[in-house]
Amino acid sequence: MSGVQQVPAETNEELLAAVLGRLVADSTHTVVGANSPIPASAALLAAGLSEGNHQVTILGSREFMQFTDGGKELFDYAAQGRMDAFFVGGGQIDGQANINLVGVGDYPGTKLRLPGSFGSAYLYHLVPNVVLFRKEHSRRVLVPKVDFISAAGLSPANHYRVGGPRWLVTELVVMKFDADRGRFYLQSIHAGHDLDEVLDRTGFEFDYDPEPAVTPPVDDQELALLRTSVRESLQPVYPGFCSRAFGQ
Amino acid sequence: MSRVTLEQLVSKISSGDKLAIPPEYSGVAMAATRALLTRGVKNLHLIACPQAGLQADLLIGAGCVATVEAAGISLGESGLAPRFRDAAQQGKIRMLDATCPAIQSGLQAAEKGIPFLPIRGILGSDLIDLRDDWLVIDNPYTEGDPLLLVPAIQPDVSLFHAPLGDDYGNVWVGIRRELMLMAHASKSTLVTVEKRYKGDLLADPVYAAGTIPHMYITATAEVAGGMRPLGFFGDGSVTDVEHLAGYEKLARSQQGFEQYLQEQGIEVGS
Repeated sequence: MSGVQQVPAETNEELLAAVLGRLVADSTHTVVGANSPIPASAALLAAGLSEGNHQVTILGSREFMQFTDGGKELFDYAAQGRMDAFFVGGGQIDGQANINLVGVGDYPGTKLRLPGSFGSAYLYHLVPNVVLFRKEHSRRVLVPKVDFISAAGLSPANHYRVGGPRWLVTELVVMKFDADRGRFYLQSIHAGHDLDEVLDRTGFEFDYDPEPAVTPPVDDQELALLRTSVRESLQPVYPGFCSRAFGQ
Repeated sequence: MSRVTLEQLVSKISSGDKLAIPPEYSGVAMAATRALLTRGVKNLHLIACPQAGLQADLLIGAGCVATVEAAGISLGESGLAPRFRDAAQQGKIRMLDATCPAIQSGLQAAEKGIPFLPIRGILGSDLIDLRDDWLVIDNPYTEGDPLLLVPAIQPDVSLFHAPLGDDYGNVWVGIRRELMLMAHASKSTLVTVEKRYKGDLLADPVYAAGTIPHMYITATAEVAGGMRPLGFFGDGSVTDVEHLAGYEKLARSQQGFEQYLQEQGIEVGS
C-alpha cells in the first residue's frame, strides 16, 4: 500500500448516470419515475447527447412534465407505444426479472411492507426498453425468487407484450436480460470490482463470461454534460442530490 | 353546491365512506384532513388515486381507516409511510393492492357509468391473484388474447385542494385533471380552494378548459394554504421536506405519532 490516494475522475452517481444514459441512448421519449435522481440524470444526459431528438419526462417535476390530461395520460401514452424507455427499481429483483415493490415475507402479513407496485405492473409490459436500476447490489435485493410479483419478467407467448425488462444496473454491474433464456447475462462489471464479488453478492444465478468486460468509464463528453447542463436542469427537481452527486 | 366552512365541509364525510384522495403531486387537502381527524371518523375505505402519502398515513395512524385501495403509499423522498407500513404488516387494515392505471381505469369506468374497463399489461402479476374483483377474459374481438378487466370505482366522496373556486361552485384545477376524473367518478366532491375567484370560471375560455363544473361539486371551503406542508401545483410551492422527514422519524412508533399530532395541535375525535 503506497498510501497515496487517487482522486476518482468521476463520482459513483456520475458513473451510474452515464451507464444508464447509454442504455437509453436510442430513445425518442424516456420517462423517469418520481424520486429517481440518478435515472433522471441519465435521461437528461442521453437527451443532451442526442442533440434534441430525445424527449425526457420526469415525474414529480414541473420542468420536465409535458402531460396535460392528468395522471392517467402517461399510462395511455405508454399503451399506445409512444414511450420507448422507462426506469424502474424494485425492493426485490429475481433472476427471471420479476420485480417486487409490495413487501418482503408472505403477503399480506409481510415482514416488511413496501409502498406498492405503482405503475410497474403495467408499464413493464408496454414500454419496449425497461431499464431496472437498483443501486444496492446484495443478496437481500437480488433474490432467487421474489416474495411477491408486482410485475412479471416473462410472459407466455399469447400475452400481449410489446415491452419488458432489457437491462439491470447496480452499483457493481450491468446485466442484460435475455427473455428467450429467461436469465440475465453479465454484460460488464464496474471498475474496482470483480467477478467473485459479483457472484458473492448476487442471490440469483446468471450467465457470464469467465473474464467479464469492465464497464467503460465516463468519457469526457458525458462528464462535461453531467456537470453542466444536466446538473443545472436537475437543480430545481433534486437540489440535495445536485449538491452532493456531481464532481467539480 | 354550497360554500361552507372547513368544519362544515368535513362534516359531509361519514364513517364507512369510500373516500378518494389525490396523489401528492396534485392538490392534497391537508387542512381538511386535520379537521377530519378532529371530527373523528372510522372505517374509511381510502382510495388513493392512484397513490398517496402523508394524508393517508395520518388517517391510518389515527385509526380512521379500515381499507386501503392504492397503487402505492409512501412519503416519497422522505421514505416509507410509517403508520401505513405498521398497519399493513400487522394486518390492521385490509389492503386492496393495485397498480396506477388500474385505479385510473376503475375511476374512468365510473365516470362513464359502465361496470368495468379492460386494461393492458399486468398479466402475470400476483396482484391479479389478490384481487377477487379483477377478472381475466379473452378479448372477444381477437381470439387468444387474454385481457384484464377492472371494475368501476365509485367513491362516496372525493376530497382535494384546488387553486380557485368561484361563487357558482365551479373549481379550477388546470392541468391536474386527475382531480376532474375523481370528481366525475364520485357521488360527491368536497374541495378546499386556495382563493375565491371573483366571477364565473366557465365564462372565461382560458379557465373553463381546466374547470370542474359545479354539477360535480358538493361543497367548497376557502382555505388558503390548505395543502401545507405538502407542495402545491397551484402556487408552485414545494413540499416541506424537513416536516416530512421529522414526521417519518416520529411516526415510526404509535407513541411518536401521537406526539406529532400533539405538536401539530391536532386532537383526534372519537
